[in-house]
Amino acid sequence: MAAACQFFRLIRGRELGRFWAPSVLCQNCCLFHHPCHGAYQPLANSDSRWNQSRAYRTSIARPTYYLTPPQVNSILKANEYSFKVPEFDGKNLSSVMGFESNQLPANAPIEDRRSAATCLQTRGMLYGVFDGHAGCACAQALSERLFYYIAVSMLPHETLVELENAVESGRPLQPILQWHKHPNDYFSREASSLYFNSLRTYWQELLDLSTPGEKPDVSEALVNAFKRLDNDISLEAQVGDPNAFLHYWVLRVAFSGATACVAHVDGNDLHIANTGDGRAVLGVQEPDGSFSAMTLSNDHNAQNESEVMRVRSEHPRSETKTVVKQDRLLGLLMPFRAFGDVKFKWSIELQRRVLESGPDQLHENEHAKFIPPNYHTPPYLTAEPEITRHRLRPQDRFLVIGSDGLWETLHRQEVVRIVGEYLTGVHQQQPISVGGYKVTLGQMQGLLQERKARVSSTFEDQNSATHLIRHAVGSNEFGTVDHERLSKMLSLPEELARMYRDDITIIIVQFNPHVIGSQQN
Amino acid sequence: MHSCVWSCRALSPALLPRLFSETRCCGHRLDHQGQWGSIRFLTTAKDSHPTPLPGQARVVICGGGIVGTSVAYHLAKLGWTEIVLLEQGRLGAGTTRLCAGIVSVAKPITIESQMANYSNSLYERLEEETGVKTAFVRTGSLCLAQNQDRFLSLKRLASRLKVLGIACDVIKPKDVAKLHPLVNIHDLVGALHLPGDAVVSPPDVNHALAVAAARHGVQIHERTSVNHVLVEKGHVTGVETDRGPIECEYFVNCAGQWAYELGQSSEVKVSVPLHGCEHFYLLTKPLQEPLPPSTPVVMDMDGRIYVRAWQGGVLSGGFEKNPKPIFTEGRNQLEIQNMQEDWDHFEPMLNGLLRRMPSLDSCEIHQLVNCPESFTPDMRCLMGETPGVHGYFVLAGMNSSGLSFAGGAGKYLADWMTYGYPSANVWPLDIKRFGNLQSSRTFLRHRVMEVTPLLYELKVPRWDFQTGRQLRTSPLYDRLDTQGARWMEKHGFERAKYFVPAGKDLLALDQSKTFYKPDWFDIVGAEVKCCKEAVCVIDMSSFTKFELTSSGDQALELLQRLCANDLNVPVGHIVHTGMLNERGGYENDCSVVRLSKNCFFIISPTDQQVHCWSWLKRHMPSDPQLHLEDVSWKYTALNLIGPRAMDVLSELSYVSMTPEHFPSLFCKEMSVGYANGIRVMSMTHTGEPGFMLYIPIEYALHVYNEVMSVGQKYGIRNAGYYALRSLRIEKFFAFWGQDLDSFTTPLECGREFRVKFDKHTDFLGREALLQQRQEGVTRRFIMLVLDDHDTELDLWPWWGEPIYRNGELVGVTTSSAYSYTLERHVCLGFVSPPSLDGTPAVVTPDFINRGDYEVDIAGQRYPAKAKLYPFSSLFAQQRRRKDDMELSNFQGK
Repeated sequence: MAAACQFFRLIRGRELGRFWAPSVLCQNCCLFHHPCHGAYQPLANSDSRWNQSRAYRTSIARPTYYLTPPQVNSILKANEYSFKVPEFDGKNLSSVMGFESNQLPANAPIEDRRSAATCLQTRGMLYGVFDGHAGCACAQALSERLFYYIAVSMLPHETLVELENAVESGRPLQPILQWHKHPNDYFSREASSLYFNSLRTYWQELLDLSTPGEKPDVSEALVNAFKRLDNDISLEAQVGDPNAFLHYWVLRVAFSGATACVAHVDGNDLHIANTGDGRAVLGVQEPDGSFSAMTLSNDHNAQNESEVMRVRSEHPRSETKTVVKQDRLLGLLMPFRAFGDVKFKWSIELQRRVLESGPDQLHENEHAKFIPPNYHTPPYLTAEPEITRHRLRPQDRFLVIGSDGLWETLHRQEVVRIVGEYLTGVHQQQPISVGGYKVTLGQMQGLLQERKARVSSTFEDQNSATHLIRHAVGSNEFGTVDHERLSKMLSLPEELARMYRDDITIIIVQFNPHVIGSQQN
Repeated sequence: MHSCVWSCRALSPALLPRLFSETRCCGHRLDHQGQWGSIRFLTTAKDSHPTPLPGQARVVICGGGIVGTSVAYHLAKLGWTEIVLLEQGRLGAGTTRLCAGIVSVAKPITIESQMANYSNSLYERLEEETGVKTAFVRTGSLCLAQNQDRFLSLKRLASRLKVLGIACDVIKPKDVAKLHPLVNIHDLVGALHLPGDAVVSPPDVNHALAVAAARHGVQIHERTSVNHVLVEKGHVTGVETDRGPIECEYFVNCAGQWAYELGQSSEVKVSVPLHGCEHFYLLTKPLQEPLPPSTPVVMDMDGRIYVRAWQGGVLSGGFEKNPKPIFTEGRNQLEIQNMQEDWDHFEPMLNGLLRRMPSLDSCEIHQLVNCPESFTPDMRCLMGETPGVHGYFVLAGMNSSGLSFAGGAGKYLADWMTYGYPSANVWPLDIKRFGNLQSSRTFLRHRVMEVTPLLYELKVPRWDFQTGRQLRTSPLYDRLDTQGARWMEKHGFERAKYFVPAGKDLLALDQSKTFYKPDWFDIVGAEVKCCKEAVCVIDMSSFTKFELTSSGDQALELLQRLCANDLNVPVGHIVHTGMLNERGGYENDCSVVRLSKNCFFIISPTDQQVHCWSWLKRHMPSDPQLHLEDVSWKYTALNLIGPRAMDVLSELSYVSMTPEHFPSLFCKEMSVGYANGIRVMSMTHTGEPGFMLYIPIEYALHVYNEVMSVGQKYGIRNAGYYALRSLRIEKFFAFWGQDLDSFTTPLECGREFRVKFDKHTDFLGREALLQQRQEGVTRRFIMLVLDDHDTELDLWPWWGEPIYRNGELVGVTTSSAYSYTLERHVCLGFVSPPSLDGTPAVVTPDFINRGDYEVDIAGQRYPAKAKLYPFSSLFAQQRRRKDDMELSNFQGK
């Protein structure tokens, strides 16, 4: 009973109410995708919400079994990844010291994806968090493809010529990206040649459009890449594929959706391209050592006034009431911009045609057949990103890119505080200086030992992203991690987990203030 | 850019003392503000008159730290003129400004203790000589031991220092309390008291040296940096500075932290392998009851700290386990001035300090100083002429003992430049022990992170470096490794120590760090037994191998001039010979094979790669027909040791390998297995029967596999260098670099039979040897077999143990090993009779044969029998003695 009460508090405190109703659908959710994703508006009313929650009380209170701390750690650390940029990469000092990433599934399978890569033909590193809905297919495709589109968009004409010549003459291609992947971050082998052909068509077009000596602008490149990939996803689904599996796959990609939040760091230049409700927040260290958050992206959802205005302005006045309903696009979709989701982009006629010609599996799929209500003037959805450019300053210590699963549970200020304290604790705790004060050796020893102890407690996590997830999932009302709570949250049965938390994916990029400082001059 | 010249011409010497005593005061004021007395006043006293640089000089010294000024001082004292010292900033503004000021003789090797001892006496008399106050206080020092192993190493140090005539006492903890008021003695087992050690103010010593040097005519230019060194035909011709060029004959790189980069910016790149590390020490405010300046320095190596009295408070620093290397990508003058304090990093050392001196708890902090120091790959400094460029000398890489070494090192280098060789054996410090292969920044960065903590770590016999390994390996490395090889490194090359048999507890074996019987004892015993009774194979690819060829007989002529033995032998013969210097001392000890009439194959010890190359090059006439090539990398060398070696080889080659068909010290190119062109040599470097196979590397794996599979029925097994070492030491074979050095002549080590005085060529060193033969030798290489030494329970000898005869100190051991045949320990070493009237006495047979010899291991003396010939030759194989002696020697650590 006590346990259940605690959960009540948790849920009220987090305003996660909107997660309740999808759970109704959860029980009869079909194999192929999860219509229960939080991105879709529940059709249930608020009364059933409370009934449902009472019904769950027993199921939560039942297991008195707790996870041990090592078990908790092994769950939290299963997907953690960290990459240190080599100190001397031979070319230039990198403004990025390294990055750490992690994800914690709530859906089964997880619908979030992440990517990180170094551009080899141009400079800079790319990081992206992709939050899928209605299945993971679209997010998966983004995680594999989007960076290639971005990298190709940034290539100068000469490199494009080289690339095309290499393919033409069957020579091995110069690698474009160096991926930094966790073993769980897989790439689908089946679709790779399909993807490659689309990419090649893209760069051939770029070749025609660009002129020698021209260097593409990063912001433009990002916008083009986003739009182009979404376009390709849509086209591939329309064209289909002779291979039945691939045909089914491209349709899954197109009918599912995903948001993308991508960062490109090159020296002091930081570009954020955001589509949807992922978010990139910069951790800025104030002169007094504390951290403050600086949001570098706008969420594309109903909470964003200008976004609501934009969507409304793109459709006739008659639709003003229906286009954004219950804080959702057409009353269904939470993010106002996304990749895939052709149900919100194609005309009804096109949707019907594609579905009819599609493989049989699709016919049994109620979700795909379902046409949104009040669907009059498609497209309702776009993948065009909003670009933010930021010139890094020495006080910009790290960048947190997270899926909405993170931002719903922790305030951005809290996120930055936790990461900042973690990083300074482990790597760059604010140095002590005696200055002109009177300090005895004994006092100093005490102070140093205290600092060391603080460091070793955060040492439980070797990864700042893991540390942040631990807080996101396990923080109690006092803002400290409560093992009991953490254990309960992590031992939720698969079908219940999604009610209490969303998939969480985090990438934390740490900057090198010395390099940034020296490049500023 | 203003500069300050400081020379007789610029400033009258009479003026100098007054100027200094005035400025000394402001230096003191600075002291109280927290820094060491800076030398700033020199420029404030007289600046804005940049005296032009001279157009030419004999010597240009770069670096106005304590090392550079010491070199200038000693050169001037030796009568050199036209010495110019250039300093990029101000004198003593680098590491010297910040160093802790302790002069201690507690150093790991003898030559370093000697240098420190000389520095000590030099600094003491400087004040009187120059009138500059150096704050010299003979405080003495205490090396503390928290455990028995540390106490043992201190006792070993004590017996070594006694050989040098340096006073020291091994004392009990309660005596420590009497000498130092603050030390907590509860966890101590003992200590070593060095009453001669001292503290000084390093910038002031630097001053004093500069003043003295200036008085002797040295021109000192501050704010002048050397851009690069000009080289023509392998000789230094001048330097290019930011204030114009200077022509010179000699250049000395004393640039400390900057020495690596300065070396790289020479026209011909000079490798100065050193790397900086941050080093921290703490300054406190005066204690309630100010600590008297004469309080002894405390070195608590187990606590990783040192402590000295400083202005009523203490100065304490240490060598942490996780040092912070810096300046890997380069550095500039500014950086070294503004190093950040890092208290979190200092925390372990602060704990160490408060544990040792709990009463400091309430003492107030004055400052934490970050003073970068430069470290070298093997913890020893870099001294001497560089191998590639004549006239380019280096003295740098002091491994945080710059102050202790500067005086002595400056003197040795000045001697070296003056006479062409140093006045003591400085091979362990010679820059030629390194080559380009130790010059990688990554290697240096990783290695110094090991070296820095190692300074205060307990060093047991046969320790090896753990970082920067697997740089050079034999093609058989992986094969041997999977068969249980344990590795050590020499000159970057991995060599097997011994092979752990399958099934042995590997974890236990890695705990072989002890002063007593090591756990590999039985393993090596089995390998030795196999060498004696069956056949073993040892991969000896690390040896330095040169090929010298010529169109006519230039190659023979060169070797006849350089080698003491006669090389005019029939083709296919192997000659063991020393390459001697003018004084008859060994510059190299090698085996030379006459491959054809005008082609010679020279096999030298591993660490001779750079030294021997430069020695040969230096004496080679510039003749395009005479060609020297380093072929070390081209051949894998397998040593087949043991009575059955000939069976294995004859089965593989279908050629009879019996001594009748293949006499000793003979070389033949033949096929082994499928591989053709293998150089088979009938020598083993141990005195045991067997063969060396020099195999072109692409055949190495094939030949090894064939040898192992055919050898199976003869009981073949792998063996390592420890077995080789045991074999060669019991056969009384000396090894260059350990037993032999450039101050040892063949006559002193019983190798007169390898010197052919009558070979019709006046070889290098002949005169000196003839004279020595006339006068008799005053020191003799002997073999000591320990009696009454319990291998299980007693401390093992290593090297550097004093030798006593009838209770009188007569010499020091140079190497030792357990002889599995004699079941005794065998030490090799030099003894010389005590002189009666000041002139060295000649060694007589009676001196060796009569008299009770003892070897002092960590203070305990073990009786020993002194021998001039190996035992085996005295007993069973007396007939074969001569043949045995012809067999070779070197290698083995």
